[in-house]
Amino acid sequence: MADARTFVSRRAGLRLWLSGGWLVLLTLAAVLAPFVSPQDPLAQDLFAARLPPFWQAGAEAGFPLGSDSLGRDVLSRIIYGARVALIVAVIAGTLTCLIGATLGLVAGYFGGWPDLVISRLVDIWMAFPPVLFAILLIAVLGTGLSSIIIAIVVIDWTRFARVVRAEAMRQAAMDYVASAQVAGRSRAGTMLREILPNVLPTILVLLTLEMGIAVIVEAILSFVNLSISTDQPTWGGMIAEGRLSIYQAWWVLVFPLVALFLTVLSFSQLGEGLKDRFDPVLR
Amino acid sequence: MSDMIYRIRDLRLDFPDMTRKPLFGPAPRIEVLKGLGFDIPRGDVVGIVGSSGSGKSTLGRAMLRLLEPSHGSILFEGRDITHLPESALRPLRRKFQMIFQDPMSSLNPRLTVGTIIAGPLRLHGFDDLGRRVGRALDHVGLPEAMRHRYPHELSGGQRQRVGIARAIALEPDFILADEIVSGLDVSSQAQVLNLLETLVRELGLTLAFISHDLSVIRRLCKRVIVLHRGEIVETGDTAAVFRAPKAACTRELIEAIPLPDPNQTWA
Repeated sequence: MADARTFVSRRAGLRLWLSGGWLVLLTLAAVLAPFVSPQDPLAQDLFAARLPPFWQAGAEAGFPLGSDSLGRDVLSRIIYGARVALIVAVIAGTLTCLIGATLGLVAGYFGGWPDLVISRLVDIWMAFPPVLFAILLIAVLGTGLSSIIIAIVVIDWTRFARVVRAEAMRQAAMDYVASAQVAGRSRAGTMLREILPNVLPTILVLLTLEMGIAVIVEAILSFVNLSISTDQPTWGGMIAEGRLSIYQAWWVLVFPLVALFLTVLSFSQLGEGLKDRFDPVLR
Repeated sequence: MSDMIYRIRDLRLDFPDMTRKPLFGPAPRIEVLKGLGFDIPRGDVVGIVGSSGSGKSTLGRAMLRLLEPSHGSILFEGRDITHLPESALRPLRRKFQMIFQDPMSSLNPRLTVGTIIAGPLRLHGFDDLGRRVGRALDHVGLPEAMRHRYPHELSGGQRQRVGIARAIALEPDFILADEIVSGLDVSSQAQVLNLLETLVRELGLTLAFISHDLSVIRRLCKRVIVLHRGEIVETGDTAAVFRAPKAACTRELIEAIPLPDPNQTWA
């Protein structure tokens, strides 16, 4: 029988496969970059500058997605750029999640003065314009991979704290929390054993969303040249360079943009798909 | 050991009234329980009845110390628990258990029935959890295989049975049932009440049964306490209260029971 439940799970399945497939492919390419990329991403060859992608006239073998103004292979640079994007996504996303979700959970469940302190902190934090805040942080910390990650964590923990706090408050009002107290469970035990499992789907969705956002932030920072050193390929850096030659070689701009778009979309869809898959009520 | 399970004297409880809170300064307090006193002897099945807003659920939550009274005293088996901190209450909590009104909300949706019943047992250091869970399920008439199900997979009546199983598995001295049949359809209501009657008889439970429905109380409870606006207006044998209700609000509650023949009387 085709009831709503089977419909949801089938759609979630497709979503999970497509988004997961792209991310697995990207991760494999990033890990195996030295073996799978057709060229050295940094090798310049002015005789092979602005080669078009493979289906256009004048394309050369070894440059499937064309080359940029300095003759560097676009595909190889995207593959090496994926390394930076994925490292930032996973590390910054996870750290942001751990810090933000913990604070949100404590604020939402315990209430009282912990909530007061954390909520005021979130309010103050959110009054800063995030992009300026990031640029300021990088200016102070200096460029580099760890600076980008720190900037993302410092700016974005409020996203988790706010949402998780609201969800934890909603759960804390449920009778199963009172019944845990009747059973003699400690406050911390109730938070971890009763509330956390119910907030986990929300956290999971936020985590994957945050990974996508981290990819975007890294691209923005490298677009304005505030990411890692310029001799390492990044998607944002490629987009910035491609912008200068958009009329002569559109592919230098478009392909990293497509990779960025697919990656961010996949992260968010992966979260939704996982949530549906692991929710016992929907399963 | 004292044969009084509960000895409650001049119990008062107030909440801050946030709707009338001035811009600065504390909110005025609104008194929900206005000096209640009663005893519950061991083996007693007492009904606590009142219309909505009478404070019956607040009384229940104060008796279980989910709320802290502002005044008066609650003695549980001779021990003063009125202001005990949570850490001191925790080891005692096994002895007074509660069945909640809404079994959907009171069962953690992410845990299986088996885990829900075993959780409190583990906290209080019981051994042989698997067998105890099985026995509790058996007591409430649920098949053993139910332990692997999630709450949303059960019917309302089955969920409420799980709530009862969780409470009796701890072998408590006292159980509070807070409006446990008001969310169920009539036939599940009858089944849950039958079950409770059987359990009271077989396990010798001491039970306080909170309800707004006097017909349910009449069937289950030997004694009844009628609450109105935070005060006890009437108390006594259920039969006697039904025969000759003294307070006006008791009469109202009795008249609110739908009868098959409207002209019939309870006498």
